[in-house]
Amino acid sequence: MNHNVNLAVKVAGVDFKNPLIAASGTFGFGEEYNELYDVGLLGGISSKGLTLHPKDGNEGIRVWETASGMMNSVGLQNPGVEAFIDHGIAQMRHFGNVLIANMGGHSMEDYITGATMLSNADIDMLELNISCPNVKSGGMAFGIKADVAKEVVGEVRKVCAKPLIVKLSPNAENIVDMALACEEAGADALSLVNTFQAMAIDIHKRKPVFNNVYAGLSGAAIKPIALRMVHSVCKKVQVPVIGIGGIYTAEDVLEFVMAGAAAVQIGTVNFNNPLAGADILDDLVHLCQKEGISDINEIRGIC
Amino acid sequence: MRYFESEVIANRQITEDIFVLQVERCGAEAAAGQYYMLKSWDTELTLMRPISIFKAEPDALHFMYRTVGKGTAKMAELKPGDKLKLLGPAGNGYPCDQISGKVAVVGGGVGIPPLCETSKTLQAKGLSVDAYLGFRDVLFAVEDFEPWCSDIFVSTEKGEEGYRGFVTDLLKPENYDVVITCGPEVMMRKVAAMCAETGTTCYCSLEHRMACGIGACLGCSIRTKNGMKRVCKDGPVFLSTDLLW
Ligand SMILES: Cc1cc2nc3c(=O)[nH]c(=O)nc-3n(C[C@H](O)[C@H](O)[C@H](O)COP(=O)(O)OP(=O)(O)OC[C@H]3O[C@@H](n4cnc5c(N)ncnc54)[C@H](O)[C@@H]3O)c2cc1C
Ligand SMILES: Cc1cc2nc3c(=O)[nH]c(=O)nc-3n(C[C@H](O)[C@H](O)[C@H](O)COP(=O)(O)O)c2cc1C
Ligand code: FES
Repeated sequence: MNHNVNLAVKVAGVDFKNPLIAASGTFGFGEEYNELYDVGLLGGISSKGLTLHPKDGNEGIRVWETASGMMNSVGLQNPGVEAFIDHGIAQMRHFGNVLIANMGGHSMEDYITGATMLSNADIDMLELNISCPNVKSGGMAFGIKADVAKEVVGEVRKVCAKPLIVKLSPNAENIVDMALACEEAGADALSLVNTFQAMAIDIHKRKPVFNNVYAGLSGAAIKPIALRMVHSVCKKVQVPVIGIGGIYTAEDVLEFVMAGAAAVQIGTVNFNNPLAGADILDDLVHLCQKEGISDINEIRGIC
Repeated sequence: MRYFESEVIANRQITEDIFVLQVERCGAEAAAGQYYMLKSWDTELTLMRPISIFKAEPDALHFMYRTVGKGTAKMAELKPGDKLKLLGPAGNGYPCDQISGKVAVVGGGVGIPPLCETSKTLQAKGLSVDAYLGFRDVLFAVEDFEPWCSDIFVSTEKGEEGYRGFVTDLLKPENYDVVITCGPEVMMRKVAAMCAETGTTCYCSLEHRMACGIGACLGCSIRTKNGMKRVCKDGPVFLSTDLLW
């Protein structure tokens, strides 16, 4: 179909018609962007990050532009797992592509209950966001220490019958150790990276911009670091890796695939160009033709 | 709501830092109080910039903006014939259909431009509109309100022109059925409080930092009496009595 270029990929047994996935938190549940173009063109959509219970998110400024990127402190505002199952899924199913439910949590119990509910619902994959602070361990994120991550992934694995993606934070002490721990605990795939912990100060107010002081950096600024992390993780793990971080163009997609990614997610670029999903896909076909790539899978991990 | 490329017809400098950008309309309905996300760059800046509809004419959209930072500085460089990208029309706009009686529009700074299209729409419905326009020092856009308004009250902070002080000092909400306000939050809060005292219906158009501008990222959420709302999509216009401030 795609002008003699095969873009179809398989991640943890799930078929994607192309490797482009909308990144969690940047695309809602797909509905808004679907007003602008058929988001069913994308390989898949990762839902807004869900938590077991509804969350209002953070107070104060939530988004802040930075050089070649942005910072956010949305704080996982979401309707909760139950409302997602009751309304969000049907809405996302409409698009006809891979439906990924992204879920975060602040305690082991929440992760397990939420994952159990989602596993029994009509989703294709569960993407576990382990970047959230763990309230019990004093706010330290599950995604920082490999042994803490291993425990939560292991417990979720037990209750999750769906393909399980674990989304890694680049703030992990050691991203490769973290990846190996999650793989060992039963992850079917890994996605990386989430946002980098960062800071901005309003010099006029002489105060941090964000109420939480630190916020997550995303966009083009993080791409080279994200690429390095994807590359080094791909060298060590057997499970497929979904590359994320500052992907704005078809060239960026090929870089991540050459670094070893089976698929990619696009986040911040949607804000710069609301048609980014459709545009990158179009460009990817032409770029593959130009580069003599007849199947995107043939270049995976060649670097 | 569409994302499209348009061509600059004119980009006029009105004062030291106020410009009016006129672009080709390219179809699409556009209502008073709505806005567009604009960008005249590729990826040098990450985000598009929300700017209200100042005037919507059959063939052209007008935006009045103040240069405050990187994005608006780039917009100020636009020349006739240049291309730029627009996403919109975005947001709910003022519920002009539901408004009746005598109306006051109360604007401050770059909250003034969207009230021009609003006054025009309300006047076209046969309503009487008075404008209260507050400026820091230099006036702009006042003549644009003249065709649509019965009375125009102007203030500057140090009294260079018009009344010396805040435009809210001149407002008597009890003389109006509906008050519509857009401007700095302190001004809108004051207007809302005055309207609460007299029981006058008051609509506020909020300003908030935005990323997507279409309701997907939750970067612009605010807490209201009806739960969390997205300024970009559920707003920017809210009934003052729904706001928690
Ligand atoms: C719904 C809405 C309608 C608006 N209508 C107008 C208008 O008609 N005329 C006008 O002059 N201005 C208007 N503004 C404000 C305008 O969006 C900002 O002045 C502009 O985004 C500043 O961009 P910058 O790159 O020059 O500033 P920078 O400070 O360099 O911008 C950095 C980031 O902060 C955001 N930002 C900065 N100031 C504001 C602000 N006051 N409100 C929201 N985001 C901000 C920018 O969008 C950008 O993402 C409106 C804002 C909103 C939310
Ligand atoms: C506004 C915003 C909200 C986000 N919300 C979530 C979220 O809820 N869950 C999650 O796992 N990642 C979230 N992310 C992270 C993105 O999914 C992605 O991992 C990150 O932004 C890096 O990719 P990018 O540079 O392409 O944006 C969010 C990012 C942004 C910018
Ligand atoms: S700016 Fe993204 S939801 Fe409002």
